[in-house]
Amino acid sequence: MLKLIQIKSFFIEIGELTYFGKRFFKELFNKPLELKELLRQCYNIGNKSLLLVGVTGFIIGLVITLQTRPTLEEFGAESWMPSMVSISIVREIGPVIIALTCAGRIASGIGAELGSMRVTEQIDAMEVSGTNPFKYLVVTRILAATLMLPILVILGDAIALYGSYIIENIKGEVSFQLYFNKVFNALEFGDIIPATIKTYFFGFAIGLVGCFKGYYCDKGTVGVGLAANSAVVFSSMLLFIIDFIAVFVTDIFFEI
Amino acid sequence: MNLNQNILEKTEKVASKKLMLEIKDLKKSFGNNYVLNGFNLELYEGENLVIMGKSGSGKSVMIKCLVGLMEPDSGSIKVMGKDITILNRMDLDELRTEIGFLFQGSALYDSMTVKENLEFPLRRHKHKFGHITDTTQLVIEALQSVGLADTIDLMPAELSGGMQRRVALARTLILKPRIILYDEPTSGLDPITAKEIIELMRHIQGQYKTSSLIITHDVDCARVVSERMILLIDGVNYAEGTFAELKASKDEKIKAFFK
Repeated sequence: MLKLIQIKSFFIEIGELTYFGKRFFKELFNKPLELKELLRQCYNIGNKSLLLVGVTGFIIGLVITLQTRPTLEEFGAESWMPSMVSISIVREIGPVIIALTCAGRIASGIGAELGSMRVTEQIDAMEVSGTNPFKYLVVTRILAATLMLPILVILGDAIALYGSYIIENIKGEVSFQLYFNKVFNALEFGDIIPATIKTYFFGFAIGLVGCFKGYYCDKGTVGVGLAANSAVVFSSMLLFIIDFIAVFVTDIFFEI
Repeated sequence: MNLNQNILEKTEKVASKKLMLEIKDLKKSFGNNYVLNGFNLELYEGENLVIMGKSGSGKSVMIKCLVGLMEPDSGSIKVMGKDITILNRMDLDELRTEIGFLFQGSALYDSMTVKENLEFPLRRHKHKFGHITDTTQLVIEALQSVGLADTIDLMPAELSGGMQRRVALARTLILKPRIILYDEPTSGLDPITAKEIIELMRHIQGQYKTSSLIITHDVDCARVVSERMILLIDGVNYAEGTFAELKASKDEKIKAFFK
């Protein structure tokens, strides 16, 4: 019985999230455009995630190279290392891990911020002053997350490749030029474009879930914690679903 | 003779005033819990009306229905003759500029300075003041009316509870509303600060000539600011009258409020 109620409430939540997303597109082009707030959110989401993304990317590059090298050496295929690392990072590992890291920072941040605004009646105060809080708070945050995540992922990928190069340089004495020549020779249009497109969806999902959980937060301060927590869990789950769909679609159009 | 004259004068005085708010047969329930069960209210121009009720009696639900933050199950809510339950979003936003709302917890935007807090409502509704480009003067005027002009660049977290309440009041005044709704204006404040807020409410009513609807369970506040009172019990108007009339009542439920 309890499971049935849980399943029902899960589908109700999916329905409400879909409606929330529909409202986002409806309000997106309504005036005022709130450009100042959009830029502020881009700064908050983009600039303030740089360190986290940089460190994550660098470690991904180091670890993948360190762990894969011995196996490739066994087959005498070390020269394949730049190609292998670049394709795996650009296509899959970079976008997914960086998006997950950002989901932890961005979705929880948005969820907690909007949640506390809801429980302290700040959102109601905006509404009664004749301003549209959805446009000001939600549209700007979702849009900022959608625009910033691809940039963060590209940057994270680049740093990951640089991390990989450092290990290659130490262990295999490969020059910077040779390493990156091999990287760019290995990468194709079908590796970069679909991987970049899916990061827009990742950003949208992170922003949407964070805003949804925060905007409809209740139960006081406990609710704020729950909103932040469930924003991370729900957005992370959504990222994997989007990733699966993206890989499936890419397979059809680009024949991986 | 004198009594008849008084009643006649009172009736004429009320009839000559414009009806600012009118609630008829308002009903609102949450599941099986009927919070408002046919509540009625009339607020006239320049009047101070106090609604008193116990916690959970539906006072805050009523005031939220009044500004369109909650949708009532049935009944009509007219603000200056316009039924807000049937207004579209744009018209409702426009009408909301005529209503100031002081929230129980002040509800200042904590990521903005005091100046930005006060400027926020002006973003959409600057047209009310003609073609002004600099809103600073309006902000300073509103802050001066609550005696806090020197806090303009501070963040809400840097203000005390009483100061936050006064800045919130300045924010409600910035659009020069004709009606102000106060949701528990003195709750959570020490007696001295509460008294200051009550005085400020009276001062503002005199300065801005607003009609005020005050929701409170603070008897002192009700005594000082009310011209008329409604006791909200079990979701309906249980009793109505002046503070003195209600205080003199023999009804046990009414007496409980004044003990």
